[in-house]
Amino acid sequence: MNLLAQSGYPFALVVSALLLLALFWLLRTQRLREKYSVLWFAVITGWLTALAGVTTPINLVFILAFLVLLVVCIQLSIEISTLEESARTVAEEVALLRLELERRTGKPQSLPGQETDVRQPHTDESPAS
Amino acid sequence: VTSSPRPEPRRVLVIIPAWNEEATIAAVVDETRAALVGGNVIADILVVDDGSDDATGRVAEASGALVAHLPVNLGVGAAMRTGYRYAQRLGYAITVQVDADGQHNPADIPALLRALAEGADIVIGARVAGDGAFVARGPRRWAMSLLSGTISRIARTRLTDTTSGFKACGPRAIELFARSYPAEYLGDTVESLVVAARSHLVLREVGVVMRPRAGGQPSHGPARSAAFLGRAVLALGLALTRPRPELRGEPYRRYEELGA
Repeated sequence: MNLLAQSGYPFALVVSALLLLALFWLLRTQRLREKYSVLWFAVITGWLTALAGVTTPINLVFILAFLVLLVVCIQLSIEISTLEESARTVAEEVALLRLELERRTGKPQSLPGQETDVRQPHTDESPAS
Repeated sequence: VTSSPRPEPRRVLVIIPAWNEEATIAAVVDETRAALVGGNVIADILVVDDGSDDATGRVAEASGALVAHLPVNLGVGAAMRTGYRYAQRLGYAITVQVDADGQHNPADIPALLRALAEGADIVIGARVAGDGAFVARGPRRWAMSLLSGTISRIARTRLTDTTSGFKACGPRAIELFARSYPAEYLGDTVESLVVAARSHLVLREVGVVMRPRAGGQPSHGPARSAAFLGRAVLALGLALTRPRPELRGEPYRRYEELGA
């Protein structure tokens, strides 16, 4: 404990550097989207400064707990990035299929919930302004 | 991926990504059609309605354009990829992307197509001085010159405006973008060019005069300029170090060689 407390700063430095490298690698391989990464760059920087002042053993418990939570959060961000990409691909495919359907049947299809929307009927030739 | 049978194959597809642009979309479609007819270009117009909350999709349909409705708002990158996928599936040889806010003058489309025919995979309509000239200051200007300088070096050609959304693409670029059009911040402009240049596509630019927006809100306020610089640097750094996308499909062919 005491040893770790004394060497808290280099320890924090090494862990932070590893986390930064891991984040960059995740971004590079497109497993994490950039908008989630910015938050973690900030969190890691804050964590680095906090860790530099380790003086009491109980802080180590907090640090380890925080580290676990950090890893869990990064993991969740990775999952969300993957899901977002899948949702994007599916939505694009839906849009193209709907266009193909409209092209073949010759008329626009109304989506569920849009049938009652008469705000801008399709037959209206004058565009809303 | 098979392309649907079409009685009369058309070669140029104009892609207009639109998000809540009901005020301007009809005018942009009409003007684009007029410019294509005037320039003797056979083309289809595809509006990609990016999950708009307003009547953008219906207004675009009423104006006679093909409309792909994205069920949710996904950002301009996804809207563009939808357009490129459509182009690839239906066998269009050339695409032109035009903004829905009326900033780009469709009368410049024939000039972009000519530059493409002279031997390029992507032609960028670069904003130059003139009426409604695009003037950037401070951090935004630094960011834009950094982006232009870096991308010019990778593409081995002089590019002055790499954040322009006015672009014409040939078959190789369509194939690349249908597969992987970047969704990240600045992906629709900067990263897509980096990806293209690293895949050894030929980039060119043609000067065009930007007009003031006909409607809608500008997506960049002066307050966001500093954030733009930071994110631009990150986007560029990531785009440069990503694994190089492999280019599939046919080797580069000139516009005339594609056959009538």
